[in-house]
Amino acid sequence: MTLATWYALVGALLAALGLHGAVVRRHLLRKVLALNLAASGVFLLLVAPGARGPTTDPVPQAMVITGIVVAVSASALAIWLARRLHAETGRAALPDAEDDRA
Amino acid sequence: MGELEALDLLLGLALVALAWRLLAAPDLFEGIVLFVTFGLLLSFAWVRLGAPDVALAEAAIGAGLTGALLLDARGAMPGASVEGPARLRWPVAVLAAATGGVLVAAVLTLPAAPAGLEGAVAARLEESGVAHPVTAVLLNFRGYDTLLELGVLWLAWLAVAAAGPRPDPRPELRPDLRAEAPTGPVLAALVSQLVPLLILVGAYLLWAGAHAPGGAFQAGAILAGGGVLLRLSGVPLPEAARAAPVVGLGFALFLGVGLAQAAAGRRFLELLPAQAHDLLVLVEVAATVSIAAVLAALFAGRRSVS
Amino acid sequence: MLELASSLFVAAGLVFFVAGTAGLLRFPDALTRLHALTKADNLGLGLLFVGLALRAASWSVAVRLLVVWLLVLFASTTACHLVARAALEARRPPRG
Repeated sequence: MTLATWYALVGALLAALGLHGAVVRRHLLRKVLALNLAASGVFLLLVAPGARGPTTDPVPQAMVITGIVVAVSASALAIWLARRLHAETGRAALPDAEDDRA
Repeated sequence: MGELEALDLLLGLALVALAWRLLAAPDLFEGIVLFVTFGLLLSFAWVRLGAPDVALAEAAIGAGLTGALLLDARGAMPGASVEGPARLRWPVAVLAAATGGVLVAAVLTLPAAPAGLEGAVAARLEESGVAHPVTAVLLNFRGYDTLLELGVLWLAWLAVAAAGPRPDPRPELRPDLRAEAPTGPVLAALVSQLVPLLILVGAYLLWAGAHAPGGAFQAGAILAGGGVLLRLSGVPLPEAARAAPVVGLGFALFLGVGLAQAAAGRRFLELLPAQAHDLLVLVEVAATVSIAAVLAALFAGRRSVS
Repeated sequence: MLELASSLFVAAGLVFFVAGTAGLLRFPDALTRLHALTKADNLGLGLLFVGLALRAASWSVAVRLLVVWLLVLFASTTACHLVARAALEARRPPRG
């Protein structure tokens, strides 16, 4: 196995773990954590295959730097909305379908 | 790139184990601390992959700023940090596993020979106005991406500002009362020494980006880190840093440069090789100021009206 | 000769890191754990720095390593102080 394949595989696992966590975990800040993990996995999937040659492809690197900044912007907004929700309702999770029935 | 070594195997396994643990940890605080650790190890992985620019952005933004945002939010949301154990839902687990499986299969069937764009970038590097390939892609070859990204940053700040003033249920977290925050004199002393150094490092990274790893994003993130440190040690972010002209400067200037090219009969954002260097320096300085201001402001939020 | 000296310093630094990690995991409370951890940060990293500086290709690399070590020293001292303050604060009975 090569360096590129190994880190791309790690990225695939991280993306799957993050996706699962973002759906299953209920605390909103935990969802933000999970989405950031998934994003990191996708970033690895983008850059690692570009490392198969003698130098690392600069185009996916630039895309991922852009992606990191977009991820922190989205996270900041999500965190802010979670804080608002908590300040208004005292809750840190969205109501469940089951909670609605109850 | 380099050969696969035992270090890479350990690093990859550590990343997956940390990811698992930070999602599963019952205590949210533990999860966030592990996330910061994860980000630092991931930036090490970027170095191993020959992507030091990404490593700098990851360490400053992914681990540093996102971690600080999450820790700050957790402190402001007391009593809600403990949740029950995650319920295992089979459809979700199956879906996530299937996604992971498809991605693994895609990785394993990649052709051995890379069909990347590094050759195309190297061939036109001289026309870009800078000597570092990643900066050339970011600001010139894929200028669209970066322009829109500056727009996303700006929009994120507008949305946060529109979501209302900093919601702090605990009065001791309010910025105006934070002067006697229980952090003590040691942090204040460190911050007073560190912030000038961070400004120096930010300026260096901005300058270095033209020919070596670095550039506007990393420089802006370092400067924003200085802003976050100041705030944590009780110094509120100056209101001017959150003013519309400062946060919108990078986007507006880049857009203006692009439109000026269109007005001169070229394509939007198509820079003449002779002018590219000067224009990119202008855009980078403006982008650094805006990125630093927005990232620091996203942490500090709109000032509460009290 | 230089190689050997460098390896010895790096190995000695790693001993402090292992000891510091063991202390972090095994010691009973925050203050004793901090005590173990700062040994790894300060001495362990310092020894690693000496070992790597002996191998450095040029003086400028060695000076940069020194700056990194100094920055970590300042940061870890401050972080240790803040964690210790928080630990003492948590130990105190709630006011009011």
